[in-house]
This record gives sequence, structure tokens and C-alpha cells, in this order.
Amino acid sequence: MSEREVLELLRENARYSTADIARMTGLDESEVETTIEELEAAGVVRGYQAVVDWDKLEDERVRAEVELNVTLDRETGYADIAERLARFPQVKALRLVSGDYDFDMEVEGDSIREVSQFISEKVAPVPEITQTVTHYVMTSYKENGIELGDGDDDERLSVSP
Amino acid sequence: MTFELSERVQTVPPSGIRRFFEIAEERDDVISLGVGEPDFSTPWAARDAAITSLEQGKTSYTANRGMRELRESIADYVADRFELGYDPDEEIIVTAGASEAVDLAFRAFVDPGDTVAIAQPAYISYEPGVIFAGGEVLSVPTTEEDDFRLTVEGLEQAGADEADMLVLCYPNNPTGAIMTEADLEPIAEFAREHDLLVLSDEIYAELTYDGNEHVSIATLEGMRERTIVFNGFSKAHAMTGLRLGYALGPAEAINAMNKIHQYTMLSAPTTAQHAALEALDSCENDVEAMVNEYDRRRQFVLSRFREIGMDVFEAKGAFYCFPEVPEGFTAEEFAEGILREQGVAVVPGDVFGEGGSGHLRVSYATGLDDLREALARIEAFVEDHT
Repeated sequence: MSEREVLELLRENARYSTADIARMTGLDESEVETTIEELEAAGVVRGYQAVVDWDKLEDERVRAEVELNVTLDRETGYADIAERLARFPQVKALRLVSGDYDFDMEVEGDSIREVSQFISEKVAPVPEITQTVTHYVMTSYKENGIELGDGDDDERLSVSP
Repeated sequence: MTFELSERVQTVPPSGIRRFFEIAEERDDVISLGVGEPDFSTPWAARDAAITSLEQGKTSYTANRGMRELRESIADYVADRFELGYDPDEEIIVTAGASEAVDLAFRAFVDPGDTVAIAQPAYISYEPGVIFAGGEVLSVPTTEEDDFRLTVEGLEQAGADEADMLVLCYPNNPTGAIMTEADLEPIAEFAREHDLLVLSDEIYAELTYDGNEHVSIATLEGMRERTIVFNGFSKAHAMTGLRLGYALGPAEAINAMNKIHQYTMLSAPTTAQHAALEALDSCENDVEAMVNEYDRRRQFVLSRFREIGMDVFEAKGAFYCFPEVPEGFTAEEFAEGILREQGVAVVPGDVFGEGGSGHLRVSYATGLDDLREALARIEAFVEDHT
């Protein structure tokens, strides 16, 4: 149960210190450290990343959601195609999904030109890929469970009964 | 013209928290741990139900006692969660916040000269409510030695055997204390023996931690017929601004309260009733998530106060903790000091009545980053002044 609690807190904010997590869970700091080490070693925790609101930066950052359809043969399965695509650093997320298409791929680049080139020159030519549909992200309102934008003003009274 | 205020209004002093509110308003960098309301938004499903009801033009009065569907839902909820059995037709009234329900009870059952015993420290509106109804307040202080629980000894020492009514609030605002079934049994016996009507404010019932389950005094033998239970959606469902509460009690009592309600409020806000119906219907998981988060913050805050070297009562309910101020300070001096020097707002315990002096009410209904910073500032203040 403590593993789950620690995981929930890390997902909420990976920058909580082990001391903070210890205080919130009632565990010893050393227990928290051990739990996190174990979760990392077991591959449950795969990494820590910041949730970024790119719209707040001057620099352009282009992201696209790409739908991929594939055709399989006896020698090639979904995992083989996924392995090939996931190696590209431009691919930030790749999921096999149910529905009208097979893979859902998130791609990032510095410009629309760069992302387009990547899809047309690296992804589309993969022999098993039969179709790509690219959706450029125009505005992001929520990422990883965190709402983006300026909606966090606390309008409550400073002191109340 | 000059307004000649009624004696009752003149008798009640301005709220003790008003001054702190005014000081806090002078600065723009205040972290407030002085708020008695959730920092979470009302669960989306409940907000959406409110919006839909407006879109559908459901903006008329409802039945005085509240929508029947909502009363049925409340009856199911309190039966399921707190083993309380009430008839939605006769024994439940929906009000504009639990505060209105408490006021209705004072006005329905207090005659001039009647004595109302209040377990203190207590929510600041009970005492004025009694005075506005023409009654007299008998303070029954609780102490940290008794974990801020009400005891028969305390009742006897205060002379509550002569009182007409007893007001309880557990889990407690401001201390965070709870009362177990074993704690409540002797109080119930005292109430039966001395024929006291009990008003039990259980607005924080869902916010009970450390594996404790909330027990309502109305579930104890012989208490249902002499108890009115108050609850509402402000705290656990984060719906303070929607103003929706309710009272549970024997038909005779609820009918009397409804008589006042129908001439004053008529009915609780309709939009809020639709939100509340949805809150009971589908927001159980939201409540659970908020309670878990409060519990984490509670543990964090208790641990930090101990680290700072301030004695703090092990609160097990509501979203407040109640640390003792260091020697050499009154609660008011300390609270004013950290507000002026460090920009942290808390409420001195004295404003909640006897038993609260020397303590601070610290609300953890605030995000962890702010709690961490506020506690660091309190630590700096303590280091500077002790």
C-alpha cells in the first residue's frame, strides 16, 4: 500500500523531497528512499519529467499527433514496427490503440517543416505503414493531468470561520 | 435617522477574525492558513448538473423542505455512511448551508432565558446564533489534556445539567478533535438524564482520518428522539459557495424548523440542490480523493510543527490542526506577528471560545507548496522570537 501511496505522490509532483513524502505518508525517510529505489529498479518508475506549457515560451515547439495504419505479415508484428519507430528521438510517445487506426504517435520538433519532413521521409516510407494522418497540436489545455493556463488564483477570503 | 439596534444585535461583538482579515488584506503576499473552506473545486459532475439544471430552466422554488429526490438521496446517504435512519418526507429539511439549519434550530427551540451549553472551542457562529434567538450561552470548555473531547466532568463543572440544550461539533472546527462511540456514550447518558436537546453539527463527518469512522451521537440508544443532526455539502463536497446543508431530526422538530424556513428562506437554492443530488449520486470517488489529500497534508503539517518545536494536538478530523503558541506569546500576538512579519495568516484559538486560548487554528485546505512555504516562514518567526 505504501508503494502505491509513494507512486501517487511522485506522479503528483516528482520534485517532492523524500522528507516531504515521508511526512505525508507517515513513513520514515529511509523507507521512502528504499521504496523509490525499489520502484526504479523494478522498472515501475521509468523516469521523471517536467510538465511544460510550451505556449509560454518564445521558442517555437511543434507537436503533432499522428495516426498510423499498418499492414502485418507473417514476419512482422506490431511490436516490430513499434520498436523501429520508437527509436526515433522525435517520437515522444507511441501507443497501439483500438479503433480506426493502429498506432497513436506523438511527435515533437522545432518547426512544422521539421515534423513534416520526419513523417514523410522517415515514417511514411516504412514498408508496413499504409497510411499516416497528422494532426498538429494548436493549443494544449491539459497535460499529464495538469491543467495549463492561468486558472490557479485563490479567490477565497484570507481568513474565514 | 439613527438606527436603534436591538439589544440582541448590540450584545454580539464583531467577529474576532475580522481584524485578521483586514490586516491580511493590506498585503498581497499572504499565504493563508486561515480559511475554513476547501481549496478544491466542486467536483465537475456536480457543477455540470448545476449548469444543466440552469439550461433546462429549473430556476423555480422547490418544496420548502427541499426537492423530494434530494431528500431521498440524503436519507440513503446518511443511512449508508453513518447508520442514521430518517424519513425523507418528515424528518429531513434542506437548507441554505448547514449554518441556516443551525440558526433554524436555535430559533425553533430557544426561548428567552433558555441556556444553551456549547462545547468549546467551537465554530464561531453558534454563540451569536443563541443570542440572536434570545438565549444564554453556557460555555463548556474542552482541554488538550482530554484531546479536546467533551467529557461529563466538563459538563458538570460548567453546570450544564441546568441547561436546556447542548451543541456539539465533531469532527471539530477549530481543533480537529473527534469523538468515538466510547467518548459519546457518557455524553448521551448525561443528555438523557438531564433532558437536554442535542444539536450535533457533523458537517466534517466525512473528514475523519487514521482509520477512525465518524459516529453520530444520534445513533446511540435513546438519542435519536432528542438530537438534531446537521450536515451539508460545503466541506467534503467542496461546495461552500453553493450554500447547501440539511438537518435530520424527529418530525416534530423538523416541522418546527420548517415553519421558520418557509417564512424566511422559502427553499434552498434550486441550482445548488441539483448539484447536491449529483454530488451524492456520483461524486463518491472525488470525495475520497480529497479526503486522502487532506490526510497527507495533515500528516505533513503535524510533522512540521513538531520539527519546529511547537506542541501540536494530533488532530484526527476536519482540515484544521491546533498547535500551541510558544511560551511568551498570546495566540493573538503570535498570529498577528506571523501575519505582519511573515505574511502567514492563521486564526488565534481564543476567537473560538474557552479552551482555545494559547492555540492557533491552522487550516491545511491549501496546496502542499504553500503549506511548505508557510511552515518555513512560521519556523523563521519562531527562531527570530524565541
